[in-house]
Amino acid sequence: MSNETTFEPRIVAFLCNWCTYAGADLAGTGRKQYQANVRIIKLPCTGGIDPLFLIKAFERGADGILVSGCHPGDCHYNSGNYHARRRWNVFKPLLEFCGINPDRIQFSWISAAEGGKWVETINSVIDAVRVLGPFEGYQKINAIGPEGPGEGFAPSSDTTGCECK
Amino acid sequence: MGKKVGVFVCHCGTNISATVDVEKVAEEAKKKYPGVSYATTYKYMCSDPGQKLLRDKIKEEGLTGVVVAACSPKMHERTFRNAAVKTGLNPYQVEVSNIREQCSWVHQDKAVGTEKSIDLVRMMTEKTRKDTSLDAIKVPVTKRALVIGGGIAGIQAALDIADGGNEVILVEKDASIGGHMAQLSETFPTLDCSQCILTPRMVEVAQHENIKLYTWSQVESVGGYIGNFDVKIRKKARAVDLDLCTGCSSCWQVCPSKKIKSEFDTELGNRTAIYIPFPQAIPSKPVIDKEHCLLYRDARKKNIPPEDSKVCRKCYDVCPIAPVKAIDYAQEDEIVEVKVGAIVVATGYKELPNNVYGEYGKGKYQDVITGLQFERLASASGPTEGEIRRPSDGKEPEIIVFIQCVGSRDPAKGCSYCSKTCCMYTAKHAMLYKHKVHHGHAFVFYIDIRCAGKNYEEFSLRAIEEEGATYLRGRVSRIYKKGEKLIVLGADTLTGSQVEIEADMVVLASAMKAQDDAEVVARTLSIQYDKDRFFSELHPKLRPVESSNAGIFLAGACQGPKDIPETVAQASGAAAKVMALLSSDELEREPVVAKVDRLPPPVFSTCIGCFYCQRVCPYGAIEQEDIKARDGSVIKTVARVNEGLCQGCGLCAATCRSKSVELAGFSDEQVYAEINSVEFN
Ligand SMILES: Cc1cc2nc3c(=O)[nH]c(=O)nc-3n(C[C@H](O)[C@H](O)[C@H](O)COP(=O)(O)OP(=O)(O)OC[C@H]3O[C@@H](n4cnc5c(N)ncnc54)[C@H](O)[C@@H]3O)c2cc1C
Ligand code: SF4
Ligand code: SF4
Repeated sequence: MSNETTFEPRIVAFLCNWCTYAGADLAGTGRKQYQANVRIIKLPCTGGIDPLFLIKAFERGADGILVSGCHPGDCHYNSGNYHARRRWNVFKPLLEFCGINPDRIQFSWISAAEGGKWVETINSVIDAVRVLGPFEGYQKINAIGPEGPGEGFAPSSDTTGCECK
Repeated sequence: MGKKVGVFVCHCGTNISATVDVEKVAEEAKKKYPGVSYATTYKYMCSDPGQKLLRDKIKEEGLTGVVVAACSPKMHERTFRNAAVKTGLNPYQVEVSNIREQCSWVHQDKAVGTEKSIDLVRMMTEKTRKDTSLDAIKVPVTKRALVIGGGIAGIQAALDIADGGNEVILVEKDASIGGHMAQLSETFPTLDCSQCILTPRMVEVAQHENIKLYTWSQVESVGGYIGNFDVKIRKKARAVDLDLCTGCSSCWQVCPSKKIKSEFDTELGNRTAIYIPFPQAIPSKPVIDKEHCLLYRDARKKNIPPEDSKVCRKCYDVCPIAPVKAIDYAQEDEIVEVKVGAIVVATGYKELPNNVYGEYGKGKYQDVITGLQFERLASASGPTEGEIRRPSDGKEPEIIVFIQCVGSRDPAKGCSYCSKTCCMYTAKHAMLYKHKVHHGHAFVFYIDIRCAGKNYEEFSLRAIEEEGATYLRGRVSRIYKKGEKLIVLGADTLTGSQVEIEADMVVLASAMKAQDDAEVVARTLSIQYDKDRFFSELHPKLRPVESSNAGIFLAGACQGPKDIPETVAQASGAAAKVMALLSSDELEREPVVAKVDRLPPPVFSTCIGCFYCQRVCPYGAIEQEDIKARDGSVIKTVARVNEGLCQGCGLCAATCRSKSVELAGFSDEQVYAEINSVEFN
């Protein structure tokens, strides 16, 4: 188990191709330095993010997640980011119900022009999760078995996380 | 699955290799990642030899998947995919891992950067292992272009495209084309008269057989995609039938509302309620300003249709056109629908109004004017017929102060950027002033003189050396009124002294700002804009005329402050891009589109027919398909994606409850492969 003082949070960031991914690129072009604890997954639009992607990332050991797309009204696909927001509003109570602290998932709007905002956002997510400590929900479940999870969520064996097929 | 993936790690000169141990990244890939059968590094993967290396290795090693770890995929994904195609490998088997913008440039510690790069390459390798071959989608191209904005940028682009043999629709929101250039007196760096060089171009637009001009019009909506945009244009009711009107001028001569401030003359002159903005307007046919027209005011007050009002009607009565008059008070807005293959946005800029600076009087001193107002005063066709006179009392100013960088380079007032044209036009103003008021004296306050451009430095020096303008380096802290004079308090930072000038007139070189409705336009077109609301080009260096939306191009000051030569060059660049696009009959589109699964009977599809996907799709791309039995009876109704309309956002896939929709290139399998490979050491 991780030691408190050396704990380095592991963040997975789901970014839309048009705004935040481009904003993160811009931070690079501007040589703006930030903490390296993030792994980025690019998707066309935040509206296309299945909540199960986030769960899967936790299952794989992420301590925190950032979902970031275009500003309201700026979505490349007109309304995708609104769908993402609505989906999050529904998904959040579910996370809480499952015992996952919703603070581990952050949402933000970062445009292609906001390299600076990307740096601020990702640094603050990393710092916040550093304070929250490691996410051990899954390990706990595996360790304690069916007695009842603490902060955790039952991992599904199916990679798509869905049983309907 | 037996895919043979090749990993190519780029040094990018030292851009990557300085902070990432590229050799180690390649070694790790080869040693540890399943499926990687070849890995190497190269100095510049995007260069010719780099691409050759890629092609050779694909063939020699029999690679069926490729990961190039290099700069952002936005830079060279296309380059590497095209290289792969030449070897027969499907381009969608090639992925780029972004280890420059999102790693080597943002993390200085080499151990950390190397570690992260290893992770990033692994993630992309896993995705690549799940990549499927996709075929580009072919769509027909509508050979017609839309140009939005009829300033010099739009005029140039429209003429170039039309001369190239394509139809052009030019939409201008004002009553005439011409934009700001029509307002200018003389233009730097040659001091030729703006109208003299512009108006022939405007006439050409009006007469060109390939150009359809809609003035007093606006683009209402844009749908579709590159090669196939569906555009709705709102032709605002101008109360004048353009087909009937001959522009004889009878109406505006009789109009009794004569004291309306002319927008064209920057409110220094007046116009009538039925008017053409300036004598050389194109079309030279009037429009009724309904806010000020007596008849429309009466109709509003009485709440009756305008045609029933009996107040005035002088323009109608005098109109000589028979039997049907060209004036039509009942005219209504009209929506025109057109299909175009490409769009040029040329909506220009707006001058920062002079009421922003409290220390300069917040617009309440009549003799503190903006640069454009000075242009109108200096213009032979302006309100003073080219004489420089104070707006307050019509006197000739003997001491004039020009202040540069008003609004520009001043984050506190919202523009941190340099407006680029003001140093030059202020030098021009100082010269024009001296040409007209020989005994007068001009002072110029500046922060820096930035006159980079062909013959620009020489031009600005002329203002100092030949015309004797006094240039003072420093800011003006305050202007206040004392009797008839304006007291200008400023600093001369070169001598370290305070300066106080008793001026007769002050001209503010006000910033060039984005148009007020820039966000609305950007939203209508789904293009991006920057923090100052100027539209963003796709790449700051290499793709300066393309917007973020394929098939939509940018020209002129809507993309950032620029002068006329630069505007025209960009407009011609955009026109060339449009012509290249319209020269092909068919276009290839990225096959990143959604697909609803189809299975053999008796299932046919896992789609349960809830059509949630249809509700979320922003493009109306989801259709309902009846699956029929041999006898024609409907077994079930399931969703189907119209590939022509789908833009590949993936909303449907994330919404579908039965996991029946997948987005090609970003399938669940691919995304989970990426997530699963995030290992974090
Ligand atoms: C005081 C001053 C002096 C200058 N002097 C010089 C000079 O001497 N030499 C020089 O090279 N440059 C000069 N410039 C710069 C010059 O004005 C610009 O380079 C040029 O006008 C830019 O042209 P444009 O077509 O991009 O924009 P604009 O001239 O602004 O034209 C934009 C057009 O688009 C229309 N439009 C806007 N929004 C919409 C919409 N939503 N739908 C439809 N139509 C729309 C507008 O009505 C307008 O007609 C000067 C600028 C200023 C402020
Ligand atoms: S959301 Fe899924 S199940 Fe519902 S109609 Fe669309 S494809 Fe079918
Ligand atoms: S991916 Fe789905 S929701 Fe998005 S445009 Fe295509 S069909 Fe519509």
